[in-house]
Amino acid sequence: MSETKNFMFLNRRAPYGTIYAWESLEVVLISAAFEQNVSLMFADDGVYELTKGQDTAGIGMKNFSPTYRTLGDYEVRHMYVDKASLEARGLTADDLVQVEWEDWETEESVDNIVEVVDSEKVAELLAESDVVFSF
Amino acid sequence: MKFSIQVNEGPYQHQASDSAYQFTKAALEKGHECFRVFFYHDGVLNGTRLTTPPQDDRNIVNNWTELAEKYDLDLVVCVAAAQRRGIVDDGEAERNGKDATNIAPRFRISGLGQLVEAAIQSDRLVVFGD
Repeated sequence: MSETKNFMFLNRRAPYGTIYAWESLEVVLISAAFEQNVSLMFADDGVYELTKGQDTAGIGMKNFSPTYRTLGDYEVRHMYVDKASLEARGLTADDLVQVEWEDWETEESVDNIVEVVDSEKVAELLAESDVVFSF
Repeated sequence: MKFSIQVNEGPYQHQASDSAYQFTKAALEKGHECFRVFFYHDGVLNGTRLTTPPQDDRNIVNNWTELAEKYDLDLVVCVAAAQRRGIVDDGEAERNGKDATNIAPRFRISGLGQLVEAAIQSDRLVVFGD
């Protein structure tokens, strides 16, 4: 399986309330083993998945938000956030976690792979993807 | 064209599984190929043979089994999602000390890597869900 494709994981759900966000993250983690070009897109309520300071103690659910910050270690190169979805919810980039990425071989690094993009760019990125996993 | 199908919702509650079935059947009848059908989230509930809908309703689980028999389809239920929701085959029953199994004929339980592989190997991954 030498073929490399552009994978896009489209996340549209709030992190809690349904299991989509968590089980989507499980696919992202597994895909690291397949050496594909992996990007994530957060839109609609999916932007809440990346918010800082989540506390799930009151709802008896596992807080899986720290996992997003490790995605740079799982071959994820880009994490895009739809600007319109963010603004519609009164959020800004400052409300979101930062995710570092580093290539261990070349020592090339990026401080934060989370990037807020406008709707036109969202459409462009989805169109460029070979596979869109929609959750 | 070579398709793979992802089913994200359980039967009856949502139309996703029906639509996925109709799509897969139509594609196969037109001579297309289906590399794999992958059941994820509540979609794993499509894989229990204990489903007993009323006689005048469609039997979604049997529909999948029959389609798989006719076209030698690969119906894969995600193991992690299945464990959460109580879909069990012989291997899982033994590993997890369960006293019963409920996997439907022609379905098999396997890992998420099967979904990623399907996406790589197919021309299109078509996702059915909310």
